Amino acid sequence: MKALVAVKRVVDYNVKVRVKSDGTGVDIANVKMSMNPFDEIAVEEAVRLKEKGVVSEIVAVSCGVAQCQETLRTAMAIGADRAILVETADELQPLAVAKLLKALLDKEQAQLVILGKQAIDDDCNQTGQMLAALAGLGQATFASKVEVADGQATVTREIDGGLETIRIKLPAVVTTDLRLNEPRYVTLPNIMKAKKKPLEIVKPADLGVDVAPRIKTLKVAEPPKRGAGVKVPDVATLVAKLKNEAKVI
Amino acid sequence: MAAVLVIAEHDHGTLKGATLNTVTAAAQCGGDVHVLVAGQNAAGAAQAAAQIQGVAKVLHADGASLAEQLAENVAAQVVALSGGYSHLVFPATAHGKNVAPRVAALLDVAQISDATKVVAPDTFERPIYAGNAIATVQSADKVKVITVRTTGFDPAAATGGSASVETIAAVADSGRSAFVGAEIAKLDRPELTVAKIIVSGGRAMGSSEKFAEVLTPLADKLGAALGASRAAVDAGYAPNDWQVGQTGKIVAPQLYIAAGISGAIQHLAGMKDSKVIVAINKDPEAPIFAVADYGLEADLFSAVPELVKAL
Repeated sequence: MKALVAVKRVVDYNVKVRVKSDGTGVDIANVKMSMNPFDEIAVEEAVRLKEKGVVSEIVAVSCGVAQCQETLRTAMAIGADRAILVETADELQPLAVAKLLKALLDKEQAQLVILGKQAIDDDCNQTGQMLAALAGLGQATFASKVEVADGQATVTREIDGGLETIRIKLPAVVTTDLRLNEPRYVTLPNIMKAKKKPLEIVKPADLGVDVAPRIKTLKVAEPPKRGAGVKVPDVATLVAKLKNEAKVI
Repeated sequence: MAAVLVIAEHDHGTLKGATLNTVTAAAQCGGDVHVLVAGQNAAGAAQAAAQIQGVAKVLHADGASLAEQLAENVAAQVVALSGGYSHLVFPATAHGKNVAPRVAALLDVAQISDATKVVAPDTFERPIYAGNAIATVQSADKVKVITVRTTGFDPAAATGGSASVETIAAVADSGRSAFVGAEIAKLDRPELTVAKIIVSGGRAMGSSEKFAEVLTPLADKLGAALGASRAAVDAGYAPNDWQVGQTGKIVAPQLYIAAGISGAIQHLAGMKDSKVIVAINKDPEAPIFAVADYGLEADLFSAVPELVKAL
């Protein structure tokens, strides 16, 4: 069984981005870029399914600029077998990415697609659900446990208030939540091996997908600043302030 | 002006609070506000929706396919009703986020996530990069599919309305998914997203036993909900659905007490709209102090019990 894993190149988790002074976006020049953390969990899950003998081949896919090749090499260092980059310098919104992934899914005939639940740059949390809808497939979002057997996936999902388990027919789309697994560290030998794995580059037009954005960003601004308050010397002062000044207790 | 459809969050019998904030957001988007209650034996929730002030009509879809709120079926139900609506508005809850993108893709329109402000019927503010930037975005699609961050909108009054309730047929089951079971934590305290006071713990709690032992008495005393930082959840000190932050819950209580939380940007993203923030941390350099109204530089293991006594 083939698995498709989608990975996004994003500003590294530890970088605090700065809004550009002209309000057109955030400044990502010379900023460290990494694989979206939830996508790393997605790759790791696919590799674990391969190690269990459930998945036979893992294809990592990324959509975006040429540098996404680095992200795909990381995915292959974790254990993906080959990679496809849909290369474009155009802005890609979730609906466009979902359409690109749908075209690749049709071509690759994968049984399972695993994606991160959300990218930490645009915080959209949409692509997996959109892909499932476009492909007419079932979806299991925010997964914390995935078991695949007999043409079905049994997935435990993180929902408000607790956990829910659903069963979806394959092919299907799964999006990962934090607790699904802890991605392994990539080792140097695996990084070297990943350099030799096949990486195919296609263009959106090759897949017949119109990626024109539907949403226009008019402005990007700093959030309202919250000023620091005061330090209190002890618990008694804190309680007094909460009672008499803030009046919240 | 075309009507706006709110997709209600409910447990069939009752309506979830997030629906009320979503109605407020919807009312700012355009014409009449209609509410869809898609469920099974959900007359209770439909009746509650009809009482919300400002709701003109309730659509009550009832059937077995909607019993478990599976995304495939709920999305199909929304799409079947979508004709004639200018906006389809969901709360940005786990359920709303699960269904809304599916609806948008089926309609071939973009989706706007986590709107915090309606600037104009086609223009919205939403946080990006864990709330470190606020984007103003404009949709060119004829139908706007939106999830709204409930902390950005006041709840509509739950009573005082008298909308008509129209019963409609439920969609057929997709056959692609089935519900197996759920483990919903029994809440003996308020839910995080609606709590007036939240007591949150971080990695400094040290263990799940310490987390419970130190923070539970404080939460009990204050009638507060318990929250946690991602670091505490990752370390297994607290369940995932307690997580406050970029990838967890977004909260804005009257009082947020952060104990042993350093204040990573991902955590601040989830709580910085709280009215009053108290930080208890022994590290004077902890970034949480930069957003706290009241900072107490102290060892939480002595300060929190002392606080419980003083209250």
